[in-house]
Order: sequence, then structure tokens, then C-alpha cells
Amino acid sequence: MSLLIEQILNGVQLGVALFLLAAGLTLIFGIMGVINLAHGSLYMIGAFAMAWASARTGSFWLGVPFGLAAAALTGVLMEVLIVRRLYARDHLDQVLVTYGLILFFNQMATIIFGRQPLFLAPPAELSGFVTVLPGMQYPVYRLVIILAGLFVAIGLYLLIARTRIGMLVRAGATHREMVRALGVDIKLLYTFVFALGALLAGFAGIMAGPLYGVTAGMGEQILILTFVVVVIGGVGSIRGAFYGALLVGIVDTMLRAFMPGLLRHFMAGQEADAMGGGIGSMGVYLLMALVLAIKPKGLFPAHG
Amino acid sequence: MIIRKMSIALALTGAIAAPALAQDLKIGFVTTLSGPAGYFGQDARDAFNLAIEHGGGTLGGAKINLLVEDDAVKPGQGKQIADRFLKGEGVKLFTGIIFSNVAAAIVPDILEGGGTYVSLNAAPSELAGKECNKNYFVMSWQNDSLHESAGANATRLGFKKAYLVAPNYQAGKDAIAGFKRFFKGEIVGEVYTVLNATDYAAEIARVRASDADMVFHFLPGGAGIAFARQYAAAGLKLPQVVSGASADSVIVKAVGEPLLGTAVSAQWSSDLDNPVNKKFVEDFQKKYGRMPSQWAAQSYDTALGIASALKANGGKFETNAFRAALAKADFQLTRGPFKFGPNQHPVQDWYAMKVVKSDAGDFVLKLDQKILSNHTDVYGKDCKM
Repeated sequence: MSLLIEQILNGVQLGVALFLLAAGLTLIFGIMGVINLAHGSLYMIGAFAMAWASARTGSFWLGVPFGLAAAALTGVLMEVLIVRRLYARDHLDQVLVTYGLILFFNQMATIIFGRQPLFLAPPAELSGFVTVLPGMQYPVYRLVIILAGLFVAIGLYLLIARTRIGMLVRAGATHREMVRALGVDIKLLYTFVFALGALLAGFAGIMAGPLYGVTAGMGEQILILTFVVVVIGGVGSIRGAFYGALLVGIVDTMLRAFMPGLLRHFMAGQEADAMGGGIGSMGVYLLMALVLAIKPKGLFPAHG
Repeated sequence: MIIRKMSIALALTGAIAAPALAQDLKIGFVTTLSGPAGYFGQDARDAFNLAIEHGGGTLGGAKINLLVEDDAVKPGQGKQIADRFLKGEGVKLFTGIIFSNVAAAIVPDILEGGGTYVSLNAAPSELAGKECNKNYFVMSWQNDSLHESAGANATRLGFKKAYLVAPNYQAGKDAIAGFKRFFKGEIVGEVYTVLNATDYAAEIARVRASDADMVFHFLPGGAGIAFARQYAAAGLKLPQVVSGASADSVIVKAVGEPLLGTAVSAQWSSDLDNPVNKKFVEDFQKKYGRMPSQWAAQSYDTALGIASALKANGGKFETNAFRAALAKADFQLTRGPFKFGPNQHPVQDWYAMKVVKSDAGDFVLKLDQKILSNHTDVYGKDCKM
């Protein structure tokens, strides 16, 4: 039982991290119609900037705003200098350019920080573990990630549902042309959305750094799962991104954790372990195929 | 007019320079330089260059033109590079591959294309038995051996119940098979992870739920660092017994305290007392400002092996003569005694090490004792050259 709860927590933690990335990705695609493959680079930049600043100042906490600022600023620069030129182009051009950006950012990270992964320890107050249930310990840092992620999700909900700028964002996601026709400064809105997405991605990177290590190319490892989340949740929908991320996080973790055990009832131990591992890594893609077959526009389509 | 003169001059120098360059022996160095395991390739490349430098810009008297390319752990990308080297550059001699999935994809291409491959790292089981090839040499170890040494080490240390963790690809399966072959205790569980995963929460929870008294894992590079840290953060205290792949000097240094006391085994240690190793460790540190890892030592040894075979042939490369000379294993390496088995994979000694804190406060691997002598692999008997 405690194993099940521990695995659910692990799944939620992965889901929360995926949500932070998917929220930005889905907004950018939903509102600007741009497929931003370089979204993972913003995640990486947040992590690197945070690791660098923390090492310089010796304080984990001082690194956090620095990482956030670096990711958001890079987002703004990317939008103003490059992505802005892609709105009118077709998706192939967008994919080519943003793929180029991935190569650029990864190479820059390698030149500046080298190839060896950077590791920073979480601060003393966040390291170690707590006893969640009798006989079940869980790392404090992972709990903090879950809480921080849920907190951001609520904040984002309030921003999108309750503020004027949120209204414009929602309007932009459903009726782009209408917003433009109403005379809203669409350029500014686009830059804002892009910066917001970058900020969220940077935040995800900052939280991931102490857990997984900071390396060039770390963004691409998680980006593929993020795209799965966006597709499952429905392109352009924040709500979809949230439920999609939790679903993908939990399904992925559960399959990895329990599939081999289940298969052991039907076949020899070693084969079950190997096959369970295989199904575990395919699981989320099968889930995506299933969702697309039943609801081709995802679970919570933004465009109705 | 000036432009035309210059272009003629350029063409002339080109004509003169080209044959001079063509005499340099090209070595195709397909390796992994990016991603969480990018430091493997970096150490391998740097150590290979150090060996060339020690040879006065040559290996065994042959001037070397080292063509280094990054495969990014993608077999497809590696295949393209190897193809270009073979057909475009006319490269005959290859080395450098770190990952077994890349090796399994491109080594057969290289051999079919008339090339020779001398491995400095990856040596998957499928190339060691029936599929062995006279132009395929391994200077590192057969994959299983790394983990056989960990299995032997765990048995020696008296562990009874092991939990095994490895990535779901050929070398991961070789690792688990190798460990089992030399571990006398019981295997209470094994789990395969996604290759290059960074989050091991699900696997760690399963280890915790088992009644194992030790954990063996094969998670090289950034994966090993992430695993060790998450393992400590989850409050697990079960001892780890691993091969050098999961706890090389880079990982040990990066993780530090949580790995203290971990039992590690490898075919090389920076403490090995022989003149070649002393010179290598000292010069590597002087040139690159960091400790050489096991990967650097293997690459340096591979370069020494290639140098010995080239030297025996007067600094010329010719496939058959090179093969005959290399097979004699007439060289002194950074490790102990070395010769080739029937499948041209190593027969060598293995050592146990422990993670300790150095006087300077760093965490390092310290040589403990020899655990296997003249160790070879189980696939050699299936190999008919």
C-alpha cells in the first residue's frame, strides 16, 4: 500500500514538472500557432542560469530568481528576434528554425559549461526525507516540487480566468483573428505569452536541476513527453495541459513501477521484467494513440 | 589578375598539400560527445590525443589525422558518420564508440566496408561470439566482464540478496547477465529503465520495497549521478556494489558523500603501480587539469595498441599486416598483463576499489585488491575466425 502511494506521489511529481513545460508550449501553439521545439532549451537555460548563480553566490535561493529571469529574458529575445518572423510561415519552417535553435543553445551550453553534468545540492532545509505515512519516507525536495507546481497551476488559473490579460490570452487561443480585429496590441500580447511560457519552462528547469543534474540537451529528454501531454490535453488548453500532464506522469510512473510485477503472473521473471520495461516506455504513447482515436482534438480542446 | 594569380597559387599549394595530407593515417573516431554521457567521449578523445602527443604526433611512427565526430548516442547518426568516413574520406581504421547500441549498428558496416575496428569501450555480446570478426579488436573488455567483476566482488563481500537495475538495451542486458554469472547469492528483483532516463523515483521505490541486502546497477554517466543522488535523498542506505561504469571518477567526485564506501570494480585504477600508468595519470592531469577516468585510460591503451601494430609495420597501415601485429598484443598498457582471447577480446585482471575521501577532501576511487586474474569472456568459444 505504501509502495502504491509512493509511486502515485512520484507520478504526480513528474506530472507537475510536465505541466509547467506543457502550459507554455500549449499557449504558444494555441495562440501564435508556432510549434516551438526550442521550448526545452528554455528549461535548460533556467537550470544552467540557476546552477551558475547558486555556485557563484553559494546560495540556492539567490539562484532561483536568476534562473527565472534568464529563462524569461531569453524567451523575450527569442520571440522578438526570431519567432516573430515565423508567425506567417508554415509549420515546416517553424520546426526547422526552432530545431536550429536547439542545436545553437545546446552547443552554447557545452561551450560555456562543458560536457560534464553540473550538480547542485538542494538547500539543507529541502534535503533529506520526511515520513509521510508510517513506514513510508519521501524526499522533501520532491514534495516541495509537487506543492510548488500545484501553486503555480492555481496562480496560472487565476491569471488566465480572472485578469484582463488572461482574458486576452483566452480570446487569442480561441479566436485569434477576432482579437486582432478588435485592435488589441497583438505583438505585445504575443511577446507576453512567449515570456510567460519561457518563465514556466525555466521554473521547471530550476526545480529539475538538483534532482536530475544540469546538462546540455536535458530539455530534449523531457520535451517529447511534453508534446505528448499537449496532444493528449488538447492544443491550446491550459486545463488540458494540467490534466494531461498529471495523467501522463502517473501512467508513465505506474507502468514503470508495476507492469513487470503484473506480467510475472503470466510469464517467467526475467522475460516479464524486460517486457514490462518495454511496455512501460511505450505506455504513454499508446495512451496518446488511444486518446486521439476517441477524441481527436484531445481531452479539453481549446478551439471548441 | 591578382585573384587569378592567387587562385593558381592556391591550386598549386593545394596540389602539394593534398598528397602530404593523404600520407597521414586517418583514424575515424566516432564517439559520444553530447548529452549526459558526453564526458565519456571527451575523456576518450583527450586521452587518445595525449597518446598521439606522447608519440611525437604519431602512433608507432605513423602521422595521425584523427577525425572526431559526435554520434549523440544515436545509432542512425553514427551510421551516417561511419559511412561518410568509409566512402568519402577513405578511412580504414576506426575506434571511439562509447555505447553498445551505436557499436552494434555501425561496426558491422565498417567491417563489411573493409575497415578495421579497434574498440576502446563498447563490446556488446553479439559481436563477441558467432559474429566475431578478424578485423574487430576490443581493447577495453567484453561488456559482461565489467559486471561479472561486480558480481564476483559482491560474492567476495558476502552479500546474499541483490536487486539489479539496468537500462533496457543490449549493454543493460549484458550487465545483468554478467552480474548473475558471478554472483552466488539470490536475485530478489531486477528492473529495466529507459536508456538515458534521469528520474529513478519509481525504481528506487521498488528497491526499497524489496528485501535485498545490496543493489547492483548499470547506470553510466549522468544517469549514475542522478541515481546515486536520488537514492541518497530517498533515505536508502542499502550498500551498492557496481562496476566502474556506474561509479567512475567523475560520478564519484560529483556525488561525493552518499557514495562513500561503495564497492566498485574495474580493469584499471589510477593507483595501479606501473610506469605507463604513472606517466599517463600525471601527464593527463598536467595537460587537461582533471583526473583521468577509466574511459580515458581505456582510450589511451587503445592508442598504445594501435601504435604497437603500426610500429611493427614501419609506420604503415595495411589491414592484414596490422591485424597480425595487433593480435600479438606486444605492448605495455596502463593496466596489468593483457592478451587477446580467441575472439580478440581482452584476457586481463580485474580489481576491487572503494570510494574514499582523499586528504584534499575530494571523493576518489582507491585500489583495494585484485579480484579476478586472466579473466576472459564466455563468448570466445563460439567464435570461429
